[in-house]
Parts: sequence; structure tokens; C-alpha cells
Amino acid sequence: MISQIIEQLKKHIDSFLMGCILFSCVVGLFVLYSASGGSIDRVSSQLLNILAALTIMWISANTSPHYLERIALPLFILGLLMLIGVALFGEISHGARRWLNLGIARIQPSELMKIAVPMMLALYFSKREQSLRWLDYGVAALLLVVPVGLIMKQPDLGTALIVTAAGFYVLFLAGLSWKILAGGAVSVAVMAPIFWSMLHDYQRRRIEILFDPYQDPLGAGYHTIQASIALGSGGFAGKGWMDGTQSQLDFLPERTTDFIFAVFGEEFGFLGNVLLLILFMLLIGRGLVISSQAQNTFTRLLAGSITLTFFTYVFVNIGMVSGVLPVVGVPLPFVSYGGTSLVTILLGFGILMSIHTHKTLMSTS
Amino acid sequence: MVRRASLSSFSSYHGAAAIISMRLRFEVKNHSLEQHHFTLRLRVATGLVLVCFAILLARFVYLQILKYDYFHTLAENNRVSLVPIVPNRGLILDRNGVTLAHNFFVYTLEITPSKAVDVEATINHISQLIEVSAEDRKRFKKLRQESHSFESVPIRTHLNEIEAAKFAANRYQFPGVEIRSRLFRHYPLGNLGVHMIGYIGRINAADVKVLEKSEDLSNYKGSDHIGKGGIEQYYERQLHGTTGFQQVEIDADGHAIRVLSSTPPVPGDNLVLSIDSKMQDIAEKAFENHRGAMVAINPKNGEILSYVSMPTFDPNLFVDGIDGDTWKSLNQSLDRPLINRPIRGIYPPGSTFKPFVAIAGLQEAKRLPPFSIGDPGFYTLAGSSHQYRDWKPGGHGQVDMQKAITVSCDTFFYGLALELGIEKLTSFVSHFGFGKKTGVDLTGEIGGLLPTPEWKWRRWKQRWYPGETVIVGIGQGYTLVTPMQLAQATAVLANNGIAMQPHLVSSIQKHNRAQTHLMPITKLDAISLDSSNIEIVRAGMTAVTQPGGTAASVGAGSSYSIAAKTGTAQVVGIKQGAKYNAGSIDERHRDHALFIAYAPADDPKIALAVIVENGGHGGSAAGPIARKVMDYYLLGKTPVGTSQEASKKPEVAVVEDAPHD
Repeated sequence: MISQIIEQLKKHIDSFLMGCILFSCVVGLFVLYSASGGSIDRVSSQLLNILAALTIMWISANTSPHYLERIALPLFILGLLMLIGVALFGEISHGARRWLNLGIARIQPSELMKIAVPMMLALYFSKREQSLRWLDYGVAALLLVVPVGLIMKQPDLGTALIVTAAGFYVLFLAGLSWKILAGGAVSVAVMAPIFWSMLHDYQRRRIEILFDPYQDPLGAGYHTIQASIALGSGGFAGKGWMDGTQSQLDFLPERTTDFIFAVFGEEFGFLGNVLLLILFMLLIGRGLVISSQAQNTFTRLLAGSITLTFFTYVFVNIGMVSGVLPVVGVPLPFVSYGGTSLVTILLGFGILMSIHTHKTLMSTS
Repeated sequence: MVRRASLSSFSSYHGAAAIISMRLRFEVKNHSLEQHHFTLRLRVATGLVLVCFAILLARFVYLQILKYDYFHTLAENNRVSLVPIVPNRGLILDRNGVTLAHNFFVYTLEITPSKAVDVEATINHISQLIEVSAEDRKRFKKLRQESHSFESVPIRTHLNEIEAAKFAANRYQFPGVEIRSRLFRHYPLGNLGVHMIGYIGRINAADVKVLEKSEDLSNYKGSDHIGKGGIEQYYERQLHGTTGFQQVEIDADGHAIRVLSSTPPVPGDNLVLSIDSKMQDIAEKAFENHRGAMVAINPKNGEILSYVSMPTFDPNLFVDGIDGDTWKSLNQSLDRPLINRPIRGIYPPGSTFKPFVAIAGLQEAKRLPPFSIGDPGFYTLAGSSHQYRDWKPGGHGQVDMQKAITVSCDTFFYGLALELGIEKLTSFVSHFGFGKKTGVDLTGEIGGLLPTPEWKWRRWKQRWYPGETVIVGIGQGYTLVTPMQLAQATAVLANNGIAMQPHLVSSIQKHNRAQTHLMPITKLDAISLDSSNIEIVRAGMTAVTQPGGTAASVGAGSSYSIAAKTGTAQVVGIKQGAKYNAGSIDERHRDHALFIAYAPADDPKIALAVIVENGGHGGSAAGPIARKVMDYYLLGKTPVGTSQEASKKPEVAVVEDAPHD
């Protein structure tokens, strides 16, 4: 009886992904405990976040891709309307207008778009697959640019970046011509100096600091410098759990959220970093395999985009903390404190599982 | 075709194993081709992922293996602290290089409340050793409330060397108290030009917000002061400089052991003003104890030559935190010394407005010679019995345009204004800068008011009456100007209708004086004026300072010709038929005296506007001030009885002159 229930619960869960996810979450809780200076409150509240996100993952894993295909358009429109709502009536917190108060709950529509945009684009390309023309890429680009523009305005650079990436991956996987890609790269290269000359001095300086933190070591560059010191002083084997001096002595800012990787790297060293990268690579690899085995254009594109978006989280966050990328507010999956992005990430993995486990069902129905 | 393909693809799903057979079964090659493309794209993406991870791995190798020793030293051995080094603030100099604002280091005695056991007891203890006045205690209390407990707060500033030595010998008795040397701003000329130069004061919560918004906050780590008015505020960005920093190793007690790296601060830029401090002094003294304002401009390039707001106050009071009582007395004084009158004082222009109305009329081909009126001493609108009176009972007799300016004939301008109409009149004179900010390099400027029917409707929801147009003709009614605007308008008139941007700072020197950046001279606006019309107005204004004019005494004995116009602005309304008697009313209700002038009239080098509050008549109260300034500027003549105390030294021991290179 119980084993039957468990069997039913596990039916749509990919055990490989599930194993990696659970392991990552446990590692994350340990790092969070250390980064928060041994705060049980933080850890238990994150544990609740994880349980909620896992529930949502389970639900999405049990939702057939057919259904996802059906709700892609309404979901996208809903997301767009809510983004417009945020722009008009949104609540401001920490200087950015991101939240929509629905009376019963406050929601962050930009987070929904991380899934809704790739779903919408995957749907669009699956409908147009036999007759793709340049115009289609134009329409697709519009479907991407409008929500991204609204998110940029909030402003929320991190989320805008993730949504752009998610949408771009769909375009790329759908076969966006190499010519356009090359053309885009060239036009960016050409526009950059023009854009640069149009900026105010202080805006230029801000960008310069993004790329060279030592220009403003007391202000914007402080995070990056302190994170580098934390990582570098971690050495090969790390200083040991709870023993990171930079982390424990308050030198690291935002060390439970966006900069938590610095804590990890200081305490577990090069070895820990490599193991964490391998763990993330396993998740990404599995996602790419699922994408390559998916049976129709919609699921294929969606699975690919979700996987590569997950990769983007990892690369942008670790890249920013270790100083190879400018500072953009993107959390480290499973490790950074916070429920919102965790829900989105696990929702994505749930969809991956659904795409993988519903294949046989579809052919028999 | 599309439909068939998608249908067939739909029916061909048979799980992963079926993919290979699916490809074979396809009639439409498109699908397998697409799958092929997709796989290719996925491979490219996988490659990209691997490359990115390789980059991260390489970075880990660099940070954690290759540079391990370096970061280990920074983090493990000792803690590293970044210490800001505050840059020297730029100097403010006058056009001849006389210092108006500079810096010097002084010893201060400071308490860090979190380190001191009992702050009150500590202060009492200190006062047994060196003098601590009640003001010092008050200021300390105020500053302490504004700072964190771990920040050190000065209890005494400007310690002399004996006091410093005394404390140093007894230092062990005072935990949490230390002697520091702080950079102080000093204004050697004291009150002179305070409204123009401004002053610096402690950074408050509002300043922090502004700095946060402009993303300059990190550059103010370690800085206590910021420009609070005048040039000091407007050019804050240039004056402040760039904060340097040191990476310092700190031991467990928080003492610096060793400097790991250091980036020196970049001192702020020096500002050179177009003001001549001697002329400024002459102008301020000429006001005696009157309230008022004066602005003098070089009409050819917009340089401000003198900028006076009376009464003044001592900016040095604000530098180390003004005490409450002094602040109160300044703030509550009926003379309102804190008001920056040239840009924030608004006055009716009175008759000084007439030359501008005159040129508007002439350009519209109204009142061109030989037109004249017979002035009965009043003006009436058709169908009304209301008399708009001339200032001269009985009138001026036969009056043409030139004479109307010279004798300031109200009747003449009443009729002209009405005939021009309010719209045409205001839109024309707005080219002289009325009704809008002059854009001078000071913060807080007010734009004055040029009334129009639309404005009246917006403001009061009332329609415009012809009678209101009539009084605009003599600068009364709703019209309001700042002294800055009036001076600028006079300069534009002197410069034949070409408006130059008025400015105080003429050049910016990099701190090491290697580079001097001249401020650009820019044209703001230009109206084409017929030279014959300009001549009529100039002749009328020149005659003002000649025998028979309203300011004949101002021009008496002058070796150059002065084009001028007097004006009075009513402070209290006078009833119809009543007579104004200066002697019988309260001094503060007396008329404001106004005076505008440019000279030499045929080749103007200086244009100015003077307002003496409650001074009575423009010619007698404001005119002599203008004459003294013009005499100095054009002839180098110093009025008798003006003693120059230009270089007052600070009263305390200057520990060390702030190095500035």
C-alpha cells in the first residue's frame, strides 16, 4: 500500500535529477548555516522554501507537456499583463518596482516570465516549424523584447538577463540563422562605442567599475574585491566549514544571498569548487540529454532552454563572485538564500522531468 | 503540408527507441532534417557550457592556487582594512588670484563615544586640563546625535600647540579620546561675497540621499563636509576631488600595522572667479547698513564682476558646525542675512523696466520719432474714470520716447503698454531674460515672473484686465524680477540684444595647476534690434545721469558717460489720491530703490543692477553704489575711507598649510 503510494509519487520524478537536486540543497543548507553565522532561523526558513519548491516541482513533473503547451499563451499574456500592472501600480521595495500586491499575496511577475517566455517562444516555433522565415524571428524577438524591456524598467537587471537568456536559447535552438547571430554580434560591436559616447560620465564610470572593481574599492568594487580575497584565501582545500575568516568577520557583503559562493569557496577551497561545478554539470548534462530525446519541437526547445537557463544562473553567479563577470544580481541555484528563484528553478526541473517521463504515455494515449 | 507533417509527427511518437525508425519513416525530410539541426545546435550549446565552465575553473586555479599566497596574506594573517584618504578641497580664487576659500590642518580633540567609558565624565575631566566652553559642549552634543557611536566626534577644535602638548602628556588618562588633525575650510575674507562663495557644512541625511542618487556616496567615505551654498555647492563635484584609499593591515586591536597598497587621493580642482575681491569689498561697503543686492556683469562675455547680497554673515561660522544660538539669530533676523538676494530675492522692477518696454515699442514701430504726447499727469482707459497717475503731479509736458525714458514718464509708458498688448510685450522682453532663470552657476535661483493672461488664469482662475497691462508698462503689477535678472537684462541691452550666459567661474584649474580649463563663453539668446532704436534708448538712458535726468547726481563729474535708469518699487500700496511721504512711514515700509546702468554708454564694459531695500528713490539711494563700483572698474578709483583688510588671518595656530600639489 505504502510502496504503491511511493511508486505513484515517484512516477514522474527523474531519479538522477532528483538525487543531484537533493544533494545540492543539502550542501546549500550547510553553506547557508555558515554564511548566516550559525543562524538556525535562516536555515529552517530556507528549508521551508525548499519544501515548497519541491512540491511545485512535483506538481509540474506530473503535468503533461500537452497541458503546458495549452497554457503557454495564456500564461504569457497573464505574465505580460502583470508586468504592465507592476509598471503602473507596483510596490517599491529596495528602490525597485518589482512586486504586485494582489491583496492576498505579493507576487513578482518577472519571475514567472523566466518560464513563461521560453514556453511562449517554444510554442510559437512549434506552430511555425515548417515555414520558418525571417519574419518569424522578428515576431519571436518582439515576444522576447517586450517583457524584457518591462523588467529592465523595474529595474531588475539580473532577472532581465535571465529572461533574455531563456528566450534567446529558444531562438538559438530553433535554428536562428548563423548569419543573424553573426550580424547581431557585429552590430553590438559597432553600436557599443556609439552607445558609450552617449552615456553620462557617471554612467560610464559605473560600467568601468563593473569591469574593474579596483577603480572604486570603497563603493561598487568592494563586493568583488572582498569576494576575491575570500576565494583566493580559501586555497586548495579551503579553511573548513564555519572557519572562513572573511565570511565570519563580516567582510563579505550579501554573503547569504548573491555572494554566498564566496563563503563556499573560502571554506571548501578549490576542491569544493570543482566538486560543485561537477554537480552543476551533471544537472546540465542530464537536462541536455532530456532535451535531445524530447519528441516534439515544443518540448525539445523548452527543455533545452530551461537547461541552458539553469547554466546561465550558475555561470553568471559564480563568474560574478570570482570576478570574471560584472556584478549582476543573480542567485546561485540551491545555495543562495531565498524562495522565489528556488521555486522558479525547481519548476523548470519539474518541467524537464515531465517532458522526460510523459513520452511513453503520449504514444499510448 | 504543414498540417500533414505535424499530424504524422504526432502519430509517430513511440518513445526514445522509436526515434531512429521515425526518421526512416518520414516522407517529409524536413522533420529529420530539423532534428539534425537541433542536435547540432545542442552540441554547440554544450560546447559553450564546457568553455564557460573551463573559464571558471581557470579562474579558480588563478585565485586559489596561483595567487593563494597573496590572498592568504590579505585575509588570514591579519585583517585588511580599507582606509579612505580624504582629498584636499579645491581653492576658490578671485580673478587676480586672491584666495577666497582655502584649507588648513588644525588639531582637534575627539572622543569616540563607544570607546570612552563615560562620555560626560570624560569631558569634565578634559575641561580640567584644557578649556572646554559651553558652546563646545553644545556642538559636541549635536554632532554626537548625528553620528554613530563608533565615529569620533570633536569636542574641541583649533587646539593650539600648548593645549595639544598638554593633552598628549596626559593621554593615558583618557581612553577613547585622541588628538587628530583635520582639514578645515577657511574663508580668509570672512563675510565678503558669502552668498556667492557659499560655505561648507557637515554632511547631513539629505546630502547623503543626494549623493546616493548621483552615485557619489563612495567618494565621500571619510569626508565630513560638503558645499552648502553658492559656488561651494554648485561646483561640489569639481571642488571635492577623488578620495584615495589605503589597504592597511590591522591587528586584533584595530591598530594599523602596515600599509599594503595605497592610492593617493586626487585633490579637487581650483576655481577662479571673474569677481574682483577689491571691487566686491567696495560694493559691499557702499551699501553701508542697507539691505539689498547688486550684480555687475561684463555684457560682452557674461562674466559676473561683482555679486552682492546684503547683509552678509561669516561663512567660517558654519565650517565646524554652527552653534544653535548663532544659527537662530541669523535665521530669525528681520534683515534676513541668509537670503541670497541676487538670485532669490524678487522685487517689482518699477521704472527700471521702462527701457525694455521702450525698445519693445520701438521695434514694433510704435512711438518712433517724431511721435510725442502731451502729458497731463495721468492716464485713463477709454470708458473708465480711473486715473493712472504719473509720479509727477501735473505731468511732464510734451514727451517723446527719449524724454520719456530720461524723465521716467509714467503716462507715456501706460499708453505704450496698452497699445502693444500684454502678449507682445512679455514675449518681447522675455528675450532679455525676464520671467526665466538666468542659469547663473549657483543653486536655488528663482525665475521671477512675467505675467500673461494664461498665467493669471492658471494661477488665479481670473481673466486679464486691460488695466493690468497698463501698469506692467511701468514695471508694476505682477511683474517680479531678481536682481540677477535685472542685471542680465541690462547687460543684454548694453550688448545690443545679444545675451551672453552670465557666470561666476571663469576657469577651473586642475589641482597641480598643470591644466586650466576655461569656462566656455556662450551666447544664450539674441534679438535683432535696429541700431537707431538702440540709440534712442541709449540716449534716453544716458540723459538720466546728466543734468535734468532722474539721477543727475550719479553722473556728476564722471569722465565716462553712464546710461542708466532709476526705479522705485512700492512695498505698501498707496490709496488713490493719497500722497507718499517717505518720512512719515515705517522704514521697512519705504519703497525699494532700484538702479540699472551700463558704462561707458558708447562701449559698455560693465552693466549692473542695484537694489536697496526700503532705500526710497533709486537715484539717490542705489545710484551712488553703482557709481563707486563703475569708478573702480573703469578708472581704478578707490572711494575714500575704504580700508582694505583683505587678508585677515585665522585666529588660531595654523598647524600646517594644506599641501596642494
